[in-house]
Amino acid sequence: MTSLLPQSAPPTAGHPGKLIQPDWAEIVRITPETEGISTFWLRFIDPQVRERYHFQPGQFNMLYLPGYGESAISMSSDPEDEERLVAHTIRFVGTVTKNIGRLKVGDVIGVRGPFGTSWPMKQIEGRDLVLACGGIGLPPLRPAIYHIIRNREKYGKVTLLYGARTPKDLMYPDEHEEWQRHDIHMEISVDRGDENWDGRVGVVPMWFYNFRIDPRNTAVLTCGPEIMIRFVIYEGLARRIPAERIFVSLERNMKCGQGSCGHCQIGPYFICKDGPVFPFSVLQRYVNVEEY
Amino acid sequence: MLDITISRGTTVALSKAEFDLLLADLRENGYQTVGPRVQDESIVYADIQTLADLPRGVQTEQEAGHFRLMRGASNNYFDFIPAADSWKKFLFPPRVDLLTVRKGKGWEYVETETATPRYALVGVRGCELAAIEIQDKIFIRPDFYDPTYRLRREGLFIIAVNCLHPAGTCFCTSMGTGPKVQGSYDLCLTELDDVFLVEIGSELGRSLLSKRKYDLPSAFVQNIANQRLARAVQEMGRSLDTRDLPGLLTEPENLEAARWDEVAKRCLSCGNCTQVCPTCFCWDATDSVNLSATQASRTRVWDSCFNPAYSYVFGGNTRPTIRARYRQWLTHKFGAWKEQFGTLGCTGCGRCITWCPAKIDHVAEIAALREEVNS
Repeated sequence: MTSLLPQSAPPTAGHPGKLIQPDWAEIVRITPETEGISTFWLRFIDPQVRERYHFQPGQFNMLYLPGYGESAISMSSDPEDEERLVAHTIRFVGTVTKNIGRLKVGDVIGVRGPFGTSWPMKQIEGRDLVLACGGIGLPPLRPAIYHIIRNREKYGKVTLLYGARTPKDLMYPDEHEEWQRHDIHMEISVDRGDENWDGRVGVVPMWFYNFRIDPRNTAVLTCGPEIMIRFVIYEGLARRIPAERIFVSLERNMKCGQGSCGHCQIGPYFICKDGPVFPFSVLQRYVNVEEY
Repeated sequence: MLDITISRGTTVALSKAEFDLLLADLRENGYQTVGPRVQDESIVYADIQTLADLPRGVQTEQEAGHFRLMRGASNNYFDFIPAADSWKKFLFPPRVDLLTVRKGKGWEYVETETATPRYALVGVRGCELAAIEIQDKIFIRPDFYDPTYRLRREGLFIIAVNCLHPAGTCFCTSMGTGPKVQGSYDLCLTELDDVFLVEIGSELGRSLLSKRKYDLPSAFVQNIANQRLARAVQEMGRSLDTRDLPGLLTEPENLEAARWDEVAKRCLSCGNCTQVCPTCFCWDATDSVNLSATQASRTRVWDSCFNPAYSYVFGGNTRPTIRARYRQWLTHKFGAWKEQFGTLGCTGCGRCITWCPAKIDHVAEIAALREEVNS
C-alpha cells in the first residue's frame, strides 16, 4: 500500500520487539471540558521517550489502562507544546475511557504511538481552509488549528465550522477568542439552544452557504459523527471542491494501530495506518456502500 | 551410501525407515517435529516422533459441511487431505501472553521468559506452504513485525509433501498453489508405496539428508510420481475462475448484489471459516486482572470478522448484519487482500467449505455473484 498522506515515522512510544507494549506516562493535568469529556495532559516518565516522541496533527495514540484495555484516541494538544506534554480529549463512553475518567492527577497510564496519517498541513499550504467538525470531532483538529496559528501567513482564509449538541457541549470556549484573533472565522452552531443562546441552531453542513468559497483554492478538513462527515463531503463537492482536497478522519474499532489486528479495515485500507486521515477521493468508492 | 553429489534441486529416493532417522536427527538438532495425527475421527497437527504416528493408509472424504476418514487403498502416510487444523497455530498461536503488569508506584512490567519453540513441520501441502508465505507478508513487513511470528518463522524447518489424492473441496490448481508444492521448503516429499522421492530445497535440508542412505530415483520411479501428480490435477474437487478477481469482489456496485442477501440467510456467522482458514490473521487483545487487582495481563487471541464485536465502536457496529460480515470476509479474502498484500488471501485448501456447518460453498458463491452481476 503506497502512502496517501504524510506517513508517521515509526511509533516512538511503545516497545519495539514487543507486539503491543506501551510506555508509561503520568497524568499531570486534567481539564474538564464538558459533561463527560475531559482533557488529560500526559508526560512520559522515561525522559528518552519524552525527548523522541513527536506527533503530527490528526494522529492518534493507543492509551492503555491495565485491566481494562486500550483505546485509540487522537491527540488534541499543540504538537510543539513547550512542556512536551501530550493531551488527549476523551469522552467517557466505553470500558476503557469510562475508567480513564476515574483517574486522578499523578496516576499513570500506558501510551503507544503516534499512529496513522496526519492532516496534510504542508500539502494544503497556500489554500483557503474549511475545518468542519462536530462534537468530539473538534479535538483531533485542534493540533491543526495550533499549527495554522503558528504559521498563519502560510494559509489563506480559514473557516472553522463547529457544531455541538447544546451550548454547554461547546468545547474549548476559552480559546475561541484567541483563534478568532488569528483570523480564523468561526461559525458555531448547536442542535438545541437554551435561554441564553442567541447563536445559530442547526447542523454543521448547513453553514457552507454562509461564506464564500473559492473551489479552486479551498481544502476541507473534517472530523465528527459519520453522518455529519457525509453531509460535509456532499456540501464540499456541491461547492465544487475536488474530492482530493476534502480530507476526512475516520474512526473504527482498533486493537493494534499497525495494520495487524485487522479490525479497522475499510476496503483495502487499514484505517490505523493508511488513515485515520484520508483524502475523500480514495474513500469515494466505499463510503456509500451500506454497512461496509 | 552411493557417491552422489546432492545439492539444492536434487531429487533422491529415500526409504521410509531412513526418513524416520531423519526425523530423529531433526529432534537431536533441537527441533520439535510436528505432523499429522489421527484424533477424534479427524486429523490434527501435533507432536510426532516417527512415521508410525502418522495417519497411515488413511484417506479423507470432504464435501461442503462434510468430513470423513476412510481406509485408503494403500498403506501410505500422506494419502489424506488435511482437516480443520492448520500450521497457522504454530506460527500465529491462538493464544499468546502479551504482557503482565504489576501495580507499584505506577505500573511495572513483570518479565516473563518465553522460550521460542523450533518446529520442524512434517507434511506441509502446497496450499499450506502458500498460506504460510501469505502470512509472512502480513506478520513480517518492513514497517512492522509480530515478534512471536517472526521468531518462530525464522527457526522453522519445512518438510513439504506433494498431494496425490485431492479432496472434493480442494481447488489449489485454481489458486496456483498445488498440488505440486510451489513455495520454498527445506525438503519436499512425493510419496510412493515404498519410498519417498525427496527434493532438496535448502542447504539445511541438504546437509540433513546427506547423512542418510539414499539413492538416485530411476526414471521409471520418477515417471510414476509425475503421472500421479498429473492425475491429482485431474482429480481436483473444485475449480474457481479467478480471471476477474479481485475486481469482481471490489467493485462497489457488486457489493450491493442480491446474492449477499441470499447467502446471509444461510450463513450462521459462526466464524468457523475464519478459524480453519490458514491465512486469516485477525486478532483481539483481551484483558484480565488478578483478584486483588494488583496485576493485569493482556492476551492475544484469534478473532474473526464474523464476531459482532469485531467492528464495534461506541455508538454502534459498523457491520451489524450477517450480510455485511459475510461480504467483508469474502471480499477481503478474494478482493481487497490483493491490494494490501499483493496476492489473494486464498490458497484453495478448501477448509472453509468443508468446515462450514451451513454447507456454504464459497467457490459456488463467487460463481453465483459473477452470474448475477454479469446478467
